[in-house]
Amino acid sequence: MSEFSISRATTISRAASLLALLLIVGLAAAPWWATRADLHLIGEFATYVALASLWNLLAGYTGLVSVGQQAYVGLGGYVLFTTALFLHINPLLAIPLAGVVAAIVALPMAKLVFRLQGAYFAIGTWVVAEVFRLIFAQVTALGGGSGSSLPVEAVRSIAASRDMREWLIYWTALVLGVGSVALVYGLLRSRIGLALTAIRDSEIASASLGVRIGQVKFAVYVLVAAVTAMVGSLIFLQKLRISPDAAFSVNDWTAFVIFIVVIGGIGTIEGPIVGTIVYFLLREFLADLGSIYLMILGGVAIVIMLVAPQGIWGFVARRFGISLFPTGYHVTWK
Amino acid sequence: MDWVNAVVQGVLVGGLYALFAAGLSLIFGVMRLVNIAHGDLIVLAAFVSLVMVEATGLHPLASLLLVVPLMALAGYALQRGILNHTLGKDILPPLLVTFGLSVILQNGLLEIFTADSRKLNAGALETASLSAGAGIDIGVLPLLMFATAVGVIAGLQFIFYRTAWGRAFRATSDDKEVAQLMGLNIGHVYGLAMALCLAVVGIAGVFLAIRSNFDPSLGPGRLIFGFEAVIIGGLGNLWGTLAGGVILGVAQGLGAQINPGWQVLAGHLAFLLVLAIRPKGLFPRIEG
Repeated sequence: MSEFSISRATTISRAASLLALLLIVGLAAAPWWATRADLHLIGEFATYVALASLWNLLAGYTGLVSVGQQAYVGLGGYVLFTTALFLHINPLLAIPLAGVVAAIVALPMAKLVFRLQGAYFAIGTWVVAEVFRLIFAQVTALGGGSGSSLPVEAVRSIAASRDMREWLIYWTALVLGVGSVALVYGLLRSRIGLALTAIRDSEIASASLGVRIGQVKFAVYVLVAAVTAMVGSLIFLQKLRISPDAAFSVNDWTAFVIFIVVIGGIGTIEGPIVGTIVYFLLREFLADLGSIYLMILGGVAIVIMLVAPQGIWGFVARRFGISLFPTGYHVTWK
Repeated sequence: MDWVNAVVQGVLVGGLYALFAAGLSLIFGVMRLVNIAHGDLIVLAAFVSLVMVEATGLHPLASLLLVVPLMALAGYALQRGILNHTLGKDILPPLLVTFGLSVILQNGLLEIFTADSRKLNAGALETASLSAGAGIDIGVLPLLMFATAVGVIAGLQFIFYRTAWGRAFRATSDDKEVAQLMGLNIGHVYGLAMALCLAVVGIAGVFLAIRSNFDPSLGPGRLIFGFEAVIIGGLGNLWGTLAGGVILGVAQGLGAQINPGWQVLAGHLAFLLVLAIRPKGLFPRIEG
């Protein structure tokens, strides 16, 4: 007689899914209730949730601590500008194209940087991003070091009216933000997620059980590069201007993202979302302080890493045993 | 002749890159730590030297006498106060803490010294040069820089393999637990290693400040140059690091000769090329 049941969902996670669904519907309807400034803010929020979730998948779950993800953000942006300037492709169609291009570029790059271990891998990815930046600074057709603006015709080709254009860009941001979280969640519930968890706990033990460590890491790196580039091309569609320094900025696309994930809780699905909320709140109140604000952010990240390395969400989850996005199973005895 | 000149100047600049790299290599060897703030600490040393020179009117090279011990002290404090608490099986904490430190240093320097370019004036030393014949002049300052790099690496090599400190470093590197059982205080050993690393960083910072303009944003670039020199030369091999610095310097010199915009890019590409064909570097230490 079975005296127990095995389940994944809990009452809290079911409530959270329902709430998340309502939230997504509400946000999708934002063009009808929010002001233009709010739309911009929510759109930007969604792109940071996407970048943070993707970096978290890479560093928190796969053990690939990259400080060079700006390589793919910038690459995505430049795919958008190149296709708009020379091929006259609708900018929204350039977004999936950026994903494909980045995946192709990431294949040989992964082969190279995977030769470095641990922390040296981190700096190796940074070198790759610097190489991209210096190469794009040499391409005069794309404006060289000073960059270029998105032509008006390209912007108009998204939609005829200004409102519709902004709505479409907003919805794309929402799709990428929600999609990235869903992608990480889905991946972690799949066979790959099981492999990742095993690798995280012990590489040697998982290898001995037949987990293909190299292939799993490789696949995750390329996948994250592709989606990061899609987010990147959207970011520069929002900005309408690109330059090598902005596109491959280590501060904007990696430092902030790392701080978000560390503060929110690395290695949790909820962490990047919590971290992004904290980041936006801090920015709202402290951004006027300029470089002191950055010092505060760096200081908070250091203190969290030393005192509570599991971050805000990790702390809450451990203290109260909550998981809004459960990936494991638990047994209930009757 | 321009090309030969580019190679010669590249070799000499390689000495500075080896100075950037030597501390990085030492720290990785002793405690498997990669300090992302390494480049920012070099820039910090440059600013410390600037403040001293401006306050006392000392010659920049004389400021080494103050900058080096100060940086070494700061290194010991940094290691025992913060970094020792991050070391463990997980590579994430040291990486992220030093990354945060890098952002704090960069922005702190920006806040105090603004984004303006600064430079230390070493007087007649800067323009003095020796003629090597055939139209090639060798600057005394670059030569001094290169000789210093050779001296620093020989010194580190000596400390590492011929002194009690070095024995403690090597023992800790080989097996932390056993070293502890033999009565070594690991926290103290790591502190000494970081002190030694930042002493070298102090030398590198002063030479950086004499050689060219510097500003608070230069740190990450210096970290990357140092890192590339370490990997090109082969992990754990200090003389290899010098060779790595020279190769990087020559690659940059040749790149600049083709097109000024390609200087840094050529160095990065040389690094990626080495990574592609000799992933363990050109002169890897034999694994023990």
